[in-house]
Amino acid sequence: MANQSLEAVNLTKRYGSFLAVSALNLKIEGSKCVGFLGPNGAGKTTTLKMFTDLIRPSTGQGLINGVDVHTNKKKALASVGTLIETPEIYPSLTSKEALMMIAEIRGVPRAERNKRIEEAVAEVRMEEWINKRVGKFSKGMKQRICIASALLSDPTVLLLDEPTNGLDPRGMSEVRDIVKSLKSKKRLIFMSSHILSEVSEVCDEVAMIDHGKLIVYDTVSNVTAKFSEGQNIVEVGLQRPIDDRFVTENIATLPSVEAAEKKDDRNLKIRFNGGLDIQERILSDLVRLKIGVISYKPPSSELEDAYLKLIKDTV
Amino acid sequence: MSDTETASSITVPSNLTQVGVTMKYTFLDYLRSRRFFILLTINLLISVLLTVLIGYYRPASFLASDLKFYGGWWGNSVTFVIILSGIFFGGDAISGEFQNKTGYFAVPNPIKRSSMYLGKWLAAFLASTAILVIFTAITVGNGIYYFGWNVPIQFGESVLFAWFYLAAVLGFTFFFSSLFKSSAMSIIVTAILFLFVFGLVETLVSGLVQVEPWFILTYGAQIIGNILQVPYPLHSTTVSSIRPGGVTFTTFNVTVPEGLAIIALYFIITAILGLVLFDRKEFT
Repeated sequence: MANQSLEAVNLTKRYGSFLAVSALNLKIEGSKCVGFLGPNGAGKTTTLKMFTDLIRPSTGQGLINGVDVHTNKKKALASVGTLIETPEIYPSLTSKEALMMIAEIRGVPRAERNKRIEEAVAEVRMEEWINKRVGKFSKGMKQRICIASALLSDPTVLLLDEPTNGLDPRGMSEVRDIVKSLKSKKRLIFMSSHILSEVSEVCDEVAMIDHGKLIVYDTVSNVTAKFSEGQNIVEVGLQRPIDDRFVTENIATLPSVEAAEKKDDRNLKIRFNGGLDIQERILSDLVRLKIGVISYKPPSSELEDAYLKLIKDTV
Repeated sequence: MSDTETASSITVPSNLTQVGVTMKYTFLDYLRSRRFFILLTINLLISVLLTVLIGYYRPASFLASDLKFYGGWWGNSVTFVIILSGIFFGGDAISGEFQNKTGYFAVPNPIKRSSMYLGKWLAAFLASTAILVIFTAITVGNGIYYFGWNVPIQFGESVLFAWFYLAAVLGFTFFFSSLFKSSAMSIIVTAILFLFVFGLVETLVSGLVQVEPWFILTYGAQIIGNILQVPYPLHSTTVSSIRPGGVTFTTFNVTVPEGLAIIALYFIITAILGLVLFDRKEFT
């Protein structure tokens, strides 16, 4: 199988004087999951829409597997599954009919259609609803059917625009699991999201965009390392509340600790210089202080810190 | 280049096949929709009302001859049924894809927008045809009851004209549907145009300015009713003696070739414009 790719070449979208996407150049190749991050209005959805023919670029090209989406849509999207915003489905169709429509449009062989639909529906855990009309579905259920439709032709490229948007916590968790399971197959997944923990949990690489311009594209670990400025961070959970003075006088002054601050009464954030040995020693010191340590872990917000620094720099 | 594309083991079908797929599922959606049942109910109400009124009052204007019957029944009501079908199935066919976001489900697939447009148009034509077939069947049933199996040839011609007019009405409503992103707006605008504006302009232009309203679609559609009249009505000029020397007043009647040309032009122009608009429209 050819190496799948997604490429923006000077991709630009202008609405009058407003530049939604500004000469975006980005090339992603291979089987991986890339998170596409940026604040509201940064140009994430606009970029994805240009890759799916929902809007036309003002200038530049959106190429999928080397084919321009705008000039040769059928070929470019032949092996692409998409979920852009929250699509609606003709309400009087059943899940199966809606998926059959997409299967027929995409050219899934007649003999395989039923099997593929059943597999896709099973993947999004909607088996019980396969013969029910979509009009009665919740937003989360429709979202799952749309994910199933994106999987029908076993695409090599998946474009997902905030796939957990509007879902309840359980739905979000389930959709995240689905996306993670999709990674197990040889696919290029390009997924926009507001939720940084989601991206750090699911994606291998991250592209950040702001004001229509690409700020960074690298692996998640490189981006977080680059913006942690050589410092490591741990979060400490406490059984009891702790006061500010104790933190300043006894914890911030521990060897190798650069800074210590309270996140709230029972949680601390400690920045330190050094590796795992230093991290182990700090834990020992904290336990010795008898402040009621009940958890000690790297923060879940490393990517968030990097994101905030990058976005702040561009404001 | 072939219009089929290959993705791994899957070959994306031809444009024509995709038109058929879009038509099939949109038609299924229409058939199960509330609007189809509403239109069917209106259709049946008109038919039942006419059946009862004619059966009870036996008006001479209807029962004098088979042509008068078909002219009175079909000629006076079928254009209304067609316009309602056009508004119900075409009014928001394209704008709904934007407002209801159903376009986000189908458009980001390897299918040309023109294939989607054609498929949806054909589905609307089929759904409207279903309504029209029922109306035709009830008309013919009543005609057979009063005049036997000898259905006049002019009625057959009128039915063909009606189907042609339906195509133009749907072309027009699809065009307006492509202009707007709001379903309500496109439905309201097409309804106002067909139910009020066209008639008003036709009356003003022909009555006051005395110009033949050849540019109005509903004027062209007069052939549907006119063909059922013997002899076929022509332009007629009357001279009024209100003022010295008299004032001439012309009543315009479209001829069959003119009517067909008007309907064809509306169909072709609005179909092309609607296709271009939908192709260029953005899902912002």
